[in-house]
Amino acid sequence: MDYSVEVKNIKKTYQAGKEIVTALHGISFDVKQGELFGLIGPDGAGKTSLFRILTTVLLPDGGSATVNGFDVVKDYKKIRNCVGYMPGKFSLYQDLTVEENLSFFATLFNTTIEENYELIKDIYVQIEPFKTRRAGKLSGGMKQKLALSCALIHKPAVLFLDEPTTGVDPVSRKEFWEMLKRLKQQGITIVVSTPYMDEATLCDRIALIQQGKILSIDKPEKITKSFPHQLYAIKSAEIYQLLKDVNAFENSLSCYAFGEYLHLIFKEEHDNRETDLLKFLKMRDHSDIELKPIDASIEDCFIELLK
Amino acid sequence: MRTVYFILRKEFKQIFRNKALLPLIFVAPIIQLLILPLAADYEVKNINLAVVDHDKSSYTQKLISKITSSGYFRLSGYFNSYDEAFHQIEKDEADLILELPSNFEKKLIRENHEQVFIAVNAINGTKAGLGGSYLVQVLADFNSQIRLDWIQPPRFREQAQIEITSSNWFNPLMNFRYFMVPGILAILVTMIGSYMTALNIVKEKEIGTIEQINVTPIRKHHFILGKLIPFWVLGMFVFSIGLFGVSFLIYGIVPQGNLFLLYGFLAIYLVAVLGFGLLISTYCDTQQQAMSVAFFFVMIFMLMSGLFTSVDSMPMWAKVISQLSPVTYFIEVMRMIVLKGSDFNDIKFHFVIIGGFAILLMSWAILNYRKTT
Repeated sequence: MDYSVEVKNIKKTYQAGKEIVTALHGISFDVKQGELFGLIGPDGAGKTSLFRILTTVLLPDGGSATVNGFDVVKDYKKIRNCVGYMPGKFSLYQDLTVEENLSFFATLFNTTIEENYELIKDIYVQIEPFKTRRAGKLSGGMKQKLALSCALIHKPAVLFLDEPTTGVDPVSRKEFWEMLKRLKQQGITIVVSTPYMDEATLCDRIALIQQGKILSIDKPEKITKSFPHQLYAIKSAEIYQLLKDVNAFENSLSCYAFGEYLHLIFKEEHDNRETDLLKFLKMRDHSDIELKPIDASIEDCFIELLK
Repeated sequence: MRTVYFILRKEFKQIFRNKALLPLIFVAPIIQLLILPLAADYEVKNINLAVVDHDKSSYTQKLISKITSSGYFRLSGYFNSYDEAFHQIEKDEADLILELPSNFEKKLIRENHEQVFIAVNAINGTKAGLGGSYLVQVLADFNSQIRLDWIQPPRFREQAQIEITSSNWFNPLMNFRYFMVPGILAILVTMIGSYMTALNIVKEKEIGTIEQINVTPIRKHHFILGKLIPFWVLGMFVFSIGLFGVSFLIYGIVPQGNLFLLYGFLAIYLVAVLGFGLLISTYCDTQQQAMSVAFFFVMIFMLMSGLFTSVDSMPMWAKVISQLSPVTYFIEVMRMIVLKGSDFNDIKFHFVIIGGFAILLMSWAILNYRKTT
């Protein structure tokens, strides 16, 4: 078996009042065994719907999908035995302690904490000192570690993580991705979704998803390499005025704010473009202008693909 | 089955850990059972009586003292005219006016009959009706008493007369609490069973834990069993506290019928109630919705199941609603077994109906509860 997850033309629509909202417009992709696959897209792109279909809690309206070789509709019982799911919202029992939550989920899968302790050890040791504390009283980062432990306790073949780092501080986010890398080394296929573009580069392969459609699927570095233009970063003392002026410049194709810089693509990439622009900006009284060519990031690719 | 055991263990842990809910489950029913029957008393007492006595004779004195000594009436005052007394009714200080004509005594003795006038404030229908009839009863009693004083009864009566004496079966002292306590207990068990079940399952939906449960290989019926058994046990427990702790020890109500029969009926009834709770939970997404829906139905159950008013005297449409409520049958069975000592033969019809309710509500709820949407 080459693929852990195979998704073919999955469709999902919701009825919202009289309107029919399409959450997924026939999505297809594959995830290889042992791969760390990222679904990158803004809120409302359809990531959660896709996860819920793959974890068999939601039925698709069309298309087919298999997880670990089992069909998500016909063999849903088998899938439930071999996948771990961590929903975006913390959904463990707040009034049970850390240990009680973990052993409850272990028993639901007919296993015990001891049996698969090796797998969760790295993560669980960090929250073990608080094992008699109620889950509701844990900090955000600890809750997330507990949720991951619970999703792993039955040694799943495929792990689905729906926005695991949303609302988590940068340090915990970094820690979390390191944990995922270690899990990957143990041969677990991981499908993770995130709205943070900077996390995309940490995945083996990513799918950029927007409004229920996949824009691009590839390795993160390939996606950034395939950026069709030369990208520039520019800044000056008056960044807001700069944005207005650059957009007014006749040879600028697009310009948008990106951190402390503006990112800029020229319409015609001739040799004088940089000096032309600098001249144009000096005429408009900009000082401390800094203009440099840069490599595109995933976010730039995403913005480019959205056009 | 092992899974059910683990879910049960988790449920009980959560119930006993909920410091706000626990007293509500155990203490609130006892307090309600102590307070409600005392207030829900149909006997009308303290009827305010305004007397207009134009005669002021020894007979009127006797009559008035007889009325006030009955315990139901309180004399709000003597007045010289009907208008003055009516003023008391207007001020809501009197419920009844008794007007005794002048020469009441003389005429009664000489002409052997006399009329008195009773005016009733009918704003409170029950008080007016009962107060009026109490007063008429006292007057009739007075009437026959004075006649006894006057005449030696003839050896052979000239006219045949039917005298009515009655005896109250199953509740000899007409103690209203005997009637109310079993009924209120039935309602309390219904409320606990339906509220707790509905809220508990909806809470899992609201917090999102049900999502996490749904991706596990746990079977649908195991989950439902694990959710319902705790509340079935709690229902039994609360009922027992109410029956032995409050009803028997405090009100002195000794169940006349077979307790096993009563518990047998309760066991099936609770299945129906829990099914009802589960059904609500399948249609609601938040605890607020579930609470409102459950409250709506419990309100109807409370007022239309013959707890306070007799089902027999309801209009046809109301009777139909009352027959569609499982609570009606449980209240009836409670009163039949506890007060009357009915045996299985008397309530087998109720058993069939409540069994039907249990099957209907439970299967509807389970069909509607879907793991895969």
